[in-house]
Amino acid sequence: MSRFRANSSPAEHTRTRWQRNRFLILRRVSQFGILGLFLLGPWAGTWIIKGNLNSSLTLGVLPLSDPFILLQSWLAGLQFGSQALIGALIIALFYFLVGGRAFCAWVCPVNPVTDLAYWLRRKFRLRGNTRIHRNTRYWLLAAVFALATITGLAAWELINPVSVLHRGILFGMGAGWLLILAVFIFDLAVSRRGWCGHLCPMGACYSLLGTHSPLRVRADHRDSCDKCMDCFDVCPEPQVIRPALFGEKDGIGPVVDEANCTNCGRCIDVCSKQVFSFGTRYKTNPFQPNNFEQKEART
Amino acid sequence: MKRRRFISDTARTGGTVALAALGLGAYASKAAPLPLLALRPPGARQEKEFLGACIRCGLCVRDCPYGTLKLATMDDEVMLGTPWFTARDVPCEMCEDIPCVAACPTGALDPALTDIDDARMGLAALVNQETCLNFQGLRCEVCYRECPVIDKAITLEMRHNERSGKHTYFIPTVHSDHCTGCGKCERVCVLPEAAIKVLPMALAKGTSADHYRWGWEEKEEAGGSLVSPDPEHRYNLPEGMDYDYEGQGLIRGGQPQQDPFPENPLDSLNQASKDGQ
Repeated sequence: MSRFRANSSPAEHTRTRWQRNRFLILRRVSQFGILGLFLLGPWAGTWIIKGNLNSSLTLGVLPLSDPFILLQSWLAGLQFGSQALIGALIIALFYFLVGGRAFCAWVCPVNPVTDLAYWLRRKFRLRGNTRIHRNTRYWLLAAVFALATITGLAAWELINPVSVLHRGILFGMGAGWLLILAVFIFDLAVSRRGWCGHLCPMGACYSLLGTHSPLRVRADHRDSCDKCMDCFDVCPEPQVIRPALFGEKDGIGPVVDEANCTNCGRCIDVCSKQVFSFGTRYKTNPFQPNNFEQKEART
Repeated sequence: MKRRRFISDTARTGGTVALAALGLGAYASKAAPLPLLALRPPGARQEKEFLGACIRCGLCVRDCPYGTLKLATMDDEVMLGTPWFTARDVPCEMCEDIPCVAACPTGALDPALTDIDDARMGLAALVNQETCLNFQGLRCEVCYRECPVIDKAITLEMRHNERSGKHTYFIPTVHSDHCTGCGKCERVCVLPEAAIKVLPMALAKGTSADHYRWGWEEKEEAGGSLVSPDPEHRYNLPEGMDYDYEGQGLIRGGQPQQDPFPENPLDSLNQASKDGQ
């Protein structure tokens, strides 16, 4: 870790280890906690959540379904059962509020896999990188929906690593490990942040869902930025930071207003100048009403 | 220059994605057919429709009290993530409340199925008569005894045993009107490889042609012969000949001998219709 400038910056001594990692830790707690809730049933016989991320039933009453997968089924010709439809609406509403790709950062079981690949990439300074356009995921999303329509099958579900991994852990993996290993190797050796940041059509679907989400990361204290680039280093979608952080002279507001931001909060963790915070997309930040006073106090 | 770059980039990305999609589509359509011995849960819609509707959540698997159902992994030939079972391993126990159907959030398992006896997961077929013990005249009939719809879905049809001359074959006979395809018969078949198997309905049953009518059924339905008058059945034998059912075939009858073959062959051909009048 010593190679990251954040840790050598004098201001870092005033922030505890918790403050420097709290969203990372919370995120892991969320990811593994949700997986744990699902696993309580098959492992301990305590059925709080049944099913998997595709569709589940919590405490026998609350249905939750994945809108991306249900949309494929709909295009493949399914007339929804009401339970799945209600579940998908609940999930869609939730991620509309908290940011679509919050699913990727806080729930998706593939995220720890690709995060590990990225961590190893940095640790061993693996530089090899095949450049893929970040919009490829939207092309893939269109292809996934087209395939479902044409073949009448949810064809993507044959190789969707998200459902393969989550369902595999809960119901038996079989050769599914090979697919997950492939994603890991792809991210480790072929393309930096390749899967989650460039290709995954499920993430693309969630980012479309969260285009207008109210919950956002804000760079309210961007004038304190010393351009150490720590946030760019850790961000899974670094292109989303630039406008909010450096756009003041172009009249761009401090909200990270990009659907591909996963709301992982890692930039908030690593910034020694505390430039970032969670807030809303609106002009005034209800969580920090005294923004400007604070700013004055700090300077 | 910028526009040209944009177009070429877009074409490259779009093309690559389209190729990948074509590959996946080909793979998906190849992976779609269900292996013969894989059965779907009760109430599953037609396979093609089912694959579109099933969202691979496993709720049916979780609510199956007998551990019959499992979700296909990449090792299985069944479409990834969909529920299935193998009758020979764990058959369907035909729960009266059909919890798997109740659990399905999409209706891929049709909620209209409320009576488990109406389920049609497949059709049992006695696939080999050379190995089935009852076909050898033994009294195994474990499949019949274990059938949850005994005496309707499987009956024992009695046939004379010519080999011994004094015994009866009890032939297990499956009736598609009542067989749910639960697979218990296949599970309990005592042979190392079951002689009775649950197969997909169309494969096990064959399909009768639409225009076929069974005369005896039509007759009963109409309350009488549809051809009038209804001629009594008779053999068109040459004059003075009888037919020996014991195996000798055509024999001379006890009638005064006349020339059984008149000079004009048409006479003997017309004889029967004359007699009929």
